[in-house]
Amino acid sequence: MVSRPHGGRLVELIARGRRRERLLREAEEMPRIPLNDGLAADTVNIAHGVYSPLEGFLGSDDLYHVLHDMRLSDDTPWTIPITLDAPRETVEALREGDEAALYYHGRPLAVMRIEEIYTWDKEEYCRLVFKTVDRNHPGVAKTMKREEYFIAGRIELIDEPPEPFEKYRLWPKETRVLFQAKGWRTIAGFQTRNVPHRGHEYVQKAALTFVDGLFINPLVGWKKPGDYRDEVIVAAYQALIEHYYPKNSIVFSVLRMEMRYAGPREAIHHAIVRKNFGCTHFIVGRDHAGVGNYYGPYEAWDIFREFPDLGITPMFVREAFYCKKCGGMVNEKICPHGEEYRVRISGTKLREMIRRGIRPPEYMMRPEVADVVLSFKNPFIQ
Amino acid sequence: MPGREERKHRYTTVSIPVTLYNRIKELIKDTGFTSVSSFVTYVLREVVADMEREKMESETISEEEKKRILERLKALGYL
Repeated sequence: MVSRPHGGRLVELIARGRRRERLLREAEEMPRIPLNDGLAADTVNIAHGVYSPLEGFLGSDDLYHVLHDMRLSDDTPWTIPITLDAPRETVEALREGDEAALYYHGRPLAVMRIEEIYTWDKEEYCRLVFKTVDRNHPGVAKTMKREEYFIAGRIELIDEPPEPFEKYRLWPKETRVLFQAKGWRTIAGFQTRNVPHRGHEYVQKAALTFVDGLFINPLVGWKKPGDYRDEVIVAAYQALIEHYYPKNSIVFSVLRMEMRYAGPREAIHHAIVRKNFGCTHFIVGRDHAGVGNYYGPYEAWDIFREFPDLGITPMFVREAFYCKKCGGMVNEKICPHGEEYRVRISGTKLREMIRRGIRPPEYMMRPEVADVVLSFKNPFIQ
Repeated sequence: MPGREERKHRYTTVSIPVTLYNRIKELIKDTGFTSVSSFVTYVLREVVADMEREKMESETISEEEKKRILERLKALGYL
């Protein structure tokens, strides 16, 4: 049986039919709140239940508890604040209790009943979410550039922004029906922002050995410079799945959601999101959602101990490496051989090879995947 | 964000028998739990989540909507 939605109910806040037509008309007259790409993605994700039980952007009470307790004010586990920021000139036109239209690329995307407008402390936010205020951390740098007010309130979606990967985009309601139609009772979710190398394949297949199905769910949307471009990730996974995965055991779908690089906190967030998609298990890798040396390599594993009520089972799969003596991909738990036999797959080294147009060896990356990645003129975000 | 006065209310007090308190105190020695309170919070959250899960009704999705979703999934090649 697929997992229960987080908080008990799958949220769906999408206006349809005549109500939608009416709200579209009314939105023209409402005060406007402009959205950037990340906020638009969060709005759509709230409406489609990806962030269940959230029905809107966080108010100050929920934000306070998310920052300090890693829970919403009703004690539901929640680690990453989902907030809508706006500058002074925007909030000056708004009143609590009013309705506002959330605009994206000049079109009304959603309407919001404004419940609260409040200021926030960026340093405190960063210290608690990212465990650092170092501006070199991409999450901190992005947070510091955000506007000084947060606007909270329940939203209702009135339009869907165009999605370049529409063919590969599924919503929680759809994956839940899909998993049931496939007869899967246990599903492991895999979060990624990378093209797959042999280490990823090992981790995914190790997990798949114990569950009915694997849900590969890469993030598309804002990532830091040097990360792989979305179209490269999607094409690389298509090649891997086509050549090396049993079709009936895999579902591949993209999720438009920004990386926060918040390490352990983000690992919990990623698990909650996949729980809403129906996953019963979630694969947590080494240094999950980490960046640089801000988090310990297994900190993202330890944090799960604080959430006995999370409702999704973490699968801690150790980092894989190639062992010349074993003759295959293994991990330190199952390989008795010394470091001299072990060839570790470094994502940094792999990116450097690809940047220089060098074909990675087969023990690092499947040739079909390498062909696809190297076929892109520039596979990285500038 | 709530002020200092409100922060005091992040925790409240409940009573448990002293005998149980001592038993837990002994039990959590050399574990990851730093206090009886953190242990009790952990256990209660686990129990409460189980009880809530049992109370939840099955998800309801209309047959018509399910049919529509299945058709889309087939069209996209997922089924």
